[in-house]
Amino acid sequence: MHISEGILSGPVLASGIALAAAGTAIGLKKLDADRIPRAAILSAAFFVASLIHIPIGPSSVHLILNGIVGLILGWGAFPVILVALALQAVLFQFGGITTLGVNTVVMALPAVLGYYLFGRLVGRRARVSLPAAFACGAFSVFLGAVLVGAALAFTERHFLKAAALVVGAHVPVMIIEGIITAFCVAFLKKVQPEMLPGKR
Amino acid sequence: MIEEPFVHNESPMQRLDPRGRMVIAAAYAFVVASADSFTALFMALAVSMALIGMARLPLGAVAKRLVVVNGFILFLWVVIPVTYPGSPLLSVGPLAATWEGVRVSARITIKCNAILLAFIALVAVSPVAVLGAGLGRMRIPEKMVFLLLMTYRYLFVMETEYHRLTRSATVRGFRPSTSIHTYRTVAYLVGMLFVRASARAERVYAAMLCRGFYGRFHSLHEFSFTQKDRVWAMVMVAVLVGLGVVEWMN
Repeated sequence: MHISEGILSGPVLASGIALAAAGTAIGLKKLDADRIPRAAILSAAFFVASLIHIPIGPSSVHLILNGIVGLILGWGAFPVILVALALQAVLFQFGGITTLGVNTVVMALPAVLGYYLFGRLVGRRARVSLPAAFACGAFSVFLGAVLVGAALAFTERHFLKAAALVVGAHVPVMIIEGIITAFCVAFLKKVQPEMLPGKR
Repeated sequence: MIEEPFVHNESPMQRLDPRGRMVIAAAYAFVVASADSFTALFMALAVSMALIGMARLPLGAVAKRLVVVNGFILFLWVVIPVTYPGSPLLSVGPLAATWEGVRVSARITIKCNAILLAFIALVAVSPVAVLGAGLGRMRIPEKMVFLLLMTYRYLFVMETEYHRLTRSATVRGFRPSTSIHTYRTVAYLVGMLFVRASARAERVYAAMLCRGFYGRFHSLHEFSFTQKDRVWAMVMVAVLVGLGVVEWMN
């Protein structure tokens, strides 16, 4: 989920930067110095995983995975997503400098909320945790799309229809992200449950 | 493959202090993003092209990047003209493209390309390692810089890891399609990537501690803000003020 350069208005860009800065400050505070290498390597894994395209009918979508990043890192999702987006801007020119703040909020805020809403449920037995993980993945994409829509609508009220289209277009992505998140959580529960919140 | 196609060429641009380039790039991006008049935007586009020239970048590689990013813009051209209210310019069936909508789309296209070209010329010509070290000298929190550099360092490792996983899936006959089997396989693959990342992080950090790591990377890159940097920065500030004035007059 990227908003390109040149679309949003100054005030929207500025609020994005302020929110991203606040979230990142909290995230950095919560990441102890000796947990940063782990966050960084997970950030690299997240960056690579988000390049994966999966087929859906004749077309394909790329994974966003902010839900699972939130579950694994909590508030750490803010600095980690900021870094991944900054690297995408430098390496691929996706996103950009001015939109870095907005794009960080669009992906990291749902990740953190998902962590608080679903984190505890994910740690429970499979019958609870799988639907919770699905909901977490789908919710993170949905809220991200809504935030993109809000950024567009606040820039220019005539963008409202376009914003609605953005949210609508993300419905298939939501479902796929939900499925992937659920399977991914099931996998992690078997292989390395301590990566997930809940039981420690 | 993840690569940095713009860092391997010598140019007057690359010899400038990366800190100055990053600050100017950010200021330039914000000025252009908030400009609205077409005169100012076309001037900005010309400035950006001049910067690309100064960086002596291979134009083919630059064009390739522009094509990818303009794919997103193309989506806007499909949506905005028909959803934006105004006087109809062209109507096909129930849809009508409006003159105002086309103007908005054109403005966004020019803005986006101008900012992008400047960003490629000013920032993407330096390796991330140098940019990160530069940020470290600009009062960006040490933890943040460390996170950035460490992520960059392991990006390529994780990419190789990912290719190993997909290769072994392919060898076992995995062919992606629209099916729950595909989604499960991809999810397990992503999960495995995270598990390997986490395991590797523990080993790497232990090894770093053994070597006396205490929280920051040291860079041997010498940062010096010379007379040349000062002149260049002043010229760029003048350009920015000029763009501002043109925007304000229109």
